[in-house]
Amino acid sequence: MNDMTPTREQREAKLEGMGCKRKRVEDIRFTQGRGQYVDDVKLPGMLHGDFVRSPYAHARVKSINTEKALKVPGVLAVITAETLKTVNLAWMPTLAGDVQMVLADGKVLFQNQEVAFVVATDRYTADDGINAVEVEYEQLEPQIDPFTAMDPGAPVLREDLTGKNTGAHGPRKHHNHIFEWTVGDKDLTDAAFRKADVTIKEMISYHRTHPSPLETCQSLCSFDKIKGELTIYGTFQAPHVVRTVVALIAKIPEHKIHVIAPDIGGGFGNKVGVYPGYVCSAVASIVTGKPVKWVEDRIENLTSTSFARDYHMTTEIAATKEGKVTGLRVHVLADHGAFDACADPSKWPAGFMNIVTGSYDFPVAHLAVDGVYTNKAPGGVAYRCSFRVTEAAYCIERAMDILAQKLGMDPAELRLKNFIKAEQFPYQSALGWEYDSGDYHTAMKQMMEKVDYAGLRKEQAEKREAFRRGETREIMGLGVSFFTEIVGAGPSKNCDILGIAMFDSCEIRLHPTGSGVARVGTKSQGQGHETTWAQIIATEIGIPADDITVEEGNTDTAPYGLGTYGSRSTPVAGAAIAMAARKIKAKAQMIAAYKLEVHEDDLEWDIDGFRVKGLPEKVLGMKDICWIAYNAPPPGMEPGLEAVSYYDPPNMTYPFGAYLCVMDIDVDTGVYKVRRFYALDDCGTRINPMIIEGQVHGGLTEAFAIAMGQEIRYDDTGNVMSGSFVDFFIPTAVETPKWETDFTVTPSPHHPIGAKGVGESPNVGGVPCFSNAVNDAFSFLGSTHIQMPHDYWRNWQAAKALGVVG
Amino acid sequence: MIPGHFTYHRPASMADAIKLLSDLGEEARPLAGGHSLIPMMKLRLATPEHLIDLHAVEGLKGIRQEGDNIVIGAMTTQHELLASDVIASSLPILRETALLIADPQVRYRGTIGGNVANGDPGNDMPALMMTLGATYRLEGPDGVREEAAGDFYQGAYFTSLEPGEILTAVSVPAQPPGHGYAYEKLKRKIGDYATAAAAVVLTMSGGKVATCSIGLTNLSETPLLAEDAARAVIGTVLDDASLKRAAEAAITIMSPAGDGRGPVEYRKHVGGIMVERALKRAAARAA
Repeated sequence: MNDMTPTREQREAKLEGMGCKRKRVEDIRFTQGRGQYVDDVKLPGMLHGDFVRSPYAHARVKSINTEKALKVPGVLAVITAETLKTVNLAWMPTLAGDVQMVLADGKVLFQNQEVAFVVATDRYTADDGINAVEVEYEQLEPQIDPFTAMDPGAPVLREDLTGKNTGAHGPRKHHNHIFEWTVGDKDLTDAAFRKADVTIKEMISYHRTHPSPLETCQSLCSFDKIKGELTIYGTFQAPHVVRTVVALIAKIPEHKIHVIAPDIGGGFGNKVGVYPGYVCSAVASIVTGKPVKWVEDRIENLTSTSFARDYHMTTEIAATKEGKVTGLRVHVLADHGAFDACADPSKWPAGFMNIVTGSYDFPVAHLAVDGVYTNKAPGGVAYRCSFRVTEAAYCIERAMDILAQKLGMDPAELRLKNFIKAEQFPYQSALGWEYDSGDYHTAMKQMMEKVDYAGLRKEQAEKREAFRRGETREIMGLGVSFFTEIVGAGPSKNCDILGIAMFDSCEIRLHPTGSGVARVGTKSQGQGHETTWAQIIATEIGIPADDITVEEGNTDTAPYGLGTYGSRSTPVAGAAIAMAARKIKAKAQMIAAYKLEVHEDDLEWDIDGFRVKGLPEKVLGMKDICWIAYNAPPPGMEPGLEAVSYYDPPNMTYPFGAYLCVMDIDVDTGVYKVRRFYALDDCGTRINPMIIEGQVHGGLTEAFAIAMGQEIRYDDTGNVMSGSFVDFFIPTAVETPKWETDFTVTPSPHHPIGAKGVGESPNVGGVPCFSNAVNDAFSFLGSTHIQMPHDYWRNWQAAKALGVVG
Repeated sequence: MIPGHFTYHRPASMADAIKLLSDLGEEARPLAGGHSLIPMMKLRLATPEHLIDLHAVEGLKGIRQEGDNIVIGAMTTQHELLASDVIASSLPILRETALLIADPQVRYRGTIGGNVANGDPGNDMPALMMTLGATYRLEGPDGVREEAAGDFYQGAYFTSLEPGEILTAVSVPAQPPGHGYAYEKLKRKIGDYATAAAAVVLTMSGGKVATCSIGLTNLSETPLLAEDAARAVIGTVLDDASLKRAAEAAITIMSPAGDGRGPVEYRKHVGGIMVERALKRAAARAA
């Protein structure tokens, strides 16, 4: 050894493995404007398509006249449902087992529904063509309110379902009913309520909103008639699923379909579904023989491609007078819009809503969900959350506060009293999940200590007195939330999408000189996979993260995977990456044993290579092993150093966290100020703390937006009232509060590296935290529950209803 | 979000601009910063066949003192207003208001002329111009005329501009020394129009309000001058009762639309609060 020999710390640091705040490698191109998004892809002879859309929420389409449009110079084709019927694509299957019109077939069922697709030489001309298409409508009575959708006299929306009393998820009770989904023991739950000392009941609504990624949905399809091959560039969170679905519905052999998801500017669930634009750009390319691009504008994105939430949750808790919960009963009315295009695993029409028992030890529970059709855009995607988990967390976290209020207990104290205890894990919940690990009491207490919870409550009590004395017009709210997520869909025993099991995959190929490439079945939309996947490999096999290229999104090269949503990438693909790396490491160990002339068992792993136990100077680094693997492998061993792993997880993972919000509200204007927001997240093993922090900041910002004003609003006739960023709340840096982050680490016992996933936790925990802060502020004036979103005017209305403003 | 076809013109002189506007008639629109017109065109809610861009017209920019008036060229951007020492020292309320318009990117393009001439009730400058007693210079085929801001606004997007006329300058009388001022704007977020806003300019004498002028933004189809509200505080020490009377008087002339910013009742209520808060802040600033 000489002075140039790197120390252990230096070798460790050079890897930039797990736990390192490695800078995001993708930011080098993003910050220089060199990302490559779908709209940046330009193919020779490319055409542009755009939609004629319905001005009405519910109308019969009496005629579509395309003559004038076809005369506009540059317009090459106008595709209608009649065109699509010739290729059997006027309707398409949804992920939720329903069917959806690709283009209006006889009727339109929501405002801005796609009616015809105009294909032209450029985007401007396509819009001129749209203006020249003449559509005659006969307006029908719209059904907007989900609460009256199943009234006897409610208009029939889905004439295609006439006579079908059974849907994909069982019997239908009414012509606007989609499914009823129940879980839990109803009799035992009812009995718990009969015996309870105290019960609460509240209809807790989670309003309709939208994931609104900055890059809208788009696709570019190119059909090669000579080869019979279809290439699709698209904003796809799950490119392989798109390939399989296209093969199944368009009857093109799967090996002749190439799906490429280039850089994606945010997904948040919006880019999981299959949209008419994708289908029409593909059909248009087949019809015209040229590549056809479709790019949504902002209004189209907000009003036609997948919304989120719209769950109306009647929630009841039974408890003892000491505050121990004894039962939970929830009924959800789910507004799915005109088609059930919910993006859930196929057997789960209400997603994982049965995580609604949250972090608490409910001995019994019962959940029933009724899905209904209305004249609104289809969707119901998981907007920065696992399937319906934000709805579930909002429901239980709001309800726990309401129970605390009824019992006269502090909401934090009530939670501590009812948490599942650390020693109860793995924990079997009353609604069927097995929670893998957790230490809720420690996290909650750490939060309370860090924010000086007792001090804040004392300050609040003083401010309330001052308000009563007329010395201030400001009220102070403390929002507490403690959430448990369920992510990592998922085990094939639980989850599939249209029959496709929800495993994920990784292929690692190391090169002779000691660098390599990893291809993964997920697809980053901002999560930073190119950075973090390489960190897992660096720690597992001692190759510096900088020497590993990560590729995703091209179905020709990436192994089959189910994509990125529902915080599934780290729990599922992250595991596949570790397992593939371990296969490589096992082969590397055989090579090292041969070269060092010892038995494999005499070797131990040391940061970036193997050494002989007890002889620290006898080492062989991974870089050298790569060369040997190709050029001088042990006799009888295949050359090369690569591995593939497909990982079917044994269970979901259950990240959790404790959040606190301090908010001040001016009752005269309803204007609020978030004075403080503290977020403690436990996502198990932490791969890159900087990326985790960024994820938490982003998720909290979206949670803030949703809770405080972000909403897709319809008027009584089904006009969308929030179809642009003027009315749809996207907070800027000015509105966004300052975030304080913290963590505990409770690894997942079943995951190869113990990681649980984090991207969606802050949205799941954040929304109830903000809403609880607003509700807590008003509670001393006699209010029990104020519905979201809590924008200024609604806060003022709440104050007015409570008699504190004139 | 794609505009229809239009022809783009870029005249170099006011005479050429007026001639184009007169010759092309109703299908032509002058283009200043474009922050109202272009979005409307992208939605095809406005479909002018001709756009007459005023950026090359000489003499439409700049801020200068003319006797007792400060004259601001129509093509002066909000950013240029913010950078002006003359505005900062003589008309600080103009600076305060300009800072509340949209965001820096919009203010680099958006002009004072476009802001006041478009007739959009959501724009902030019109009510302020009425409060300050400003006049607009209108040039057309029949020559030049001056119109008081208070007479200019007739309805939403409907003003007293005659066919062929272009608003070329805004003339603001110097405000009395020691005047107090405030522009209170409640908005949902950066970049939004006002849920309600109030402009106040006043002078104090012996602890009492001597003169007062109050303007209201986005609380009706047009900007409003709340004259009864102003009268309600003149001669008072701005005690709670007179503030309340002023707010009530202002509320009686408001007729906002119910929209995503809130229902009518809310917007009127906070309109009254903006009046009270602007009065208090203006009084605190008055010498």
